[in-house]
Amino acid sequence: MSATAVDPARFREPSGPKPHRRFAPATIMVYSVLLVAAVYYLLPLYVMVVTSLKGLDEVRLGNIFAPPLEITFEPWVKAWTSACTGLYCEGLKVGFFNSVFITIPSVIVSIAVGSVSGYGLANWRFKGSDTFFTILLVGSFIPYQVMIYPLVILTTKLGIYSTLYAVIVVHTIFGMPILTLLFRNYFASLPVELFKAARVDGAGFWGIFFRIMMPMSLPIFSVAIILQVTGIWNDFLFGLVFAGLRNYPMTVQLNNIVNSIQGVREYNVNMAATLLTGLVPLVIYFVSGRLFVRGIAAGAVKG
Amino acid sequence: MANVSGTLKSGTVAEQAGAAKPPIRLFRNMAAKLALTPMMATVIFVFIGCTLWTMFYSLTTSRVLPAADPLGKDFAGLSQYVRLFGDNRWQISVNNLIVYGLLTLVFVFVIGFLLAVFMDQKIRFENTFRTIFLYPFALSFVITGLVWQWMLNPAFGLQKSVRDLGWESFSFDWIANRRMVVYTLVIAGVWQMTGLVMALMLAGLRGVDDEIWKASRVDGIPKWRTYIQIVIPMMRPVFVTALVIVAAGIVRTYDLVVAMTGGGPGLSSQFPTIYIYEYMFVSNLSQGLAASTMLLITVAIIVVPWAYYEFGRRRTQ
Repeated sequence: MSATAVDPARFREPSGPKPHRRFAPATIMVYSVLLVAAVYYLLPLYVMVVTSLKGLDEVRLGNIFAPPLEITFEPWVKAWTSACTGLYCEGLKVGFFNSVFITIPSVIVSIAVGSVSGYGLANWRFKGSDTFFTILLVGSFIPYQVMIYPLVILTTKLGIYSTLYAVIVVHTIFGMPILTLLFRNYFASLPVELFKAARVDGAGFWGIFFRIMMPMSLPIFSVAIILQVTGIWNDFLFGLVFAGLRNYPMTVQLNNIVNSIQGVREYNVNMAATLLTGLVPLVIYFVSGRLFVRGIAAGAVKG
Repeated sequence: MANVSGTLKSGTVAEQAGAAKPPIRLFRNMAAKLALTPMMATVIFVFIGCTLWTMFYSLTTSRVLPAADPLGKDFAGLSQYVRLFGDNRWQISVNNLIVYGLLTLVFVFVIGFLLAVFMDQKIRFENTFRTIFLYPFALSFVITGLVWQWMLNPAFGLQKSVRDLGWESFSFDWIANRRMVVYTLVIAGVWQMTGLVMALMLAGLRGVDDEIWKASRVDGIPKWRTYIQIVIPMMRPVFVTALVIVAAGIVRTYDLVVAMTGGGPGLSSQFPTIYIYEYMFVSNLSQGLAASTMLLITVAIIVVPWAYYEFGRRRTQ
């Protein structure tokens, strides 16, 4: 090993750290463009936060970009407990709990059905499963407006129109195709040998799903949960059409608070309400990071 | 591969039964078929059934409720479509959608691609930048609309702030201006959607083989030319998919407009989706259904060729 010290080849190679010009003009350009873009993207969030912490007088007199002279949490309290939606003055908390009651069951049921169907499509092909796959793909692009009126009739006949159940059913239905596609693509990417080996060992449809597939698909389940929770939380149209006056989800209530015509416009309360509504998806986004990126790429097709 | 396992199973069953009866095709893999039933039923009854219902009733004279005798005296042919295209409000809506859609597409793709290219220069804080560019996409369109409504508010927002700095004649009242209000929607829409395009493009750029970059560096080709002449053509599938997703999303734009402008001032920022809602639930059902069928046709024109191309390619592989 002592030969390495005198190996002439070593001295012909360049040695030491790679020469690197830290402040090359191109590097400066790249960073300044990214910084300018970052400011543009962050500005609305900053304005929301700043406005929501100001008193109404300060909002009216001051600059929207100026930080608050006197920080007050009153707008937040008012947005949560007593902001008026035009008919009721009970604040956003009503909408928050409605949204929670809508989101939890729809997420669970749609993911349960979507994962099983995706697994069935990927591993238990049958005649016409390719056609079915295409219908799902195209179907998930259909604008909701096209299907909404027949669904109103259907839910009325079932006696659940204008209740939270109608919204849950509709969200479950419209979450299924996209989730089926998501799970199908994931299960199709797993090695077939696993499935075959389990088959040879005598495992059936459900046995393979619960004991082989599910333990292997934790990431895709997380993606599905992120996708569904943010999607359902952010929904506006279904809540507006199916929920009925007292059951509006948070987004609809927020829009009614901000855009209601009567009374003094309290911009600070509006911004606090907006932030409160955005809090759930934002927290999910900041916590989940890369998984979120996968989820939105998959969920972007939703009608 | 499932066929193999299917025959394998039925083979053993047949052997056990002494090959007396051939297994019935319908009952093979019964559990799988049962498990797929809810999904199939949803697709058939809701996606196909409801769509056909809407298309059919758009040919009737339904006013507040669906027509009682759709095949007989209440059948109206295409007259609702004739009325729709004669309606000034619908024309405004379609024009707005075209202007908003084209501008948003151009900006979202140019900015999204450039940001992705800059992000791909082995920069520091890449995660931080990605988080910043993408967070608007996590927020709903309602929130996007309300924030920008506040930012662009002529009395208290951007216009006032710039005037306070001393530029007294500065004017930026687009949101209250009938002719400019559509462009404020573009600003908000671009803010919300660029992050998605950037993320899709960045994934595409990361998929480009490093050897290509090495080869072009050896040949002394400048970076920008490598991007334009080699990388962008290579990323065509990514561009097409992103284009379909964003374009189909733009056609369905609804909550952004409702929250930000409410379709006003006057009728100046009406969109087809608002028109549909108003007619469907307020004034003239079958005309609303006709309008939503037009929306469906528009989305189909965008999506079906793409699905065909994607699906056809997968088959030949």
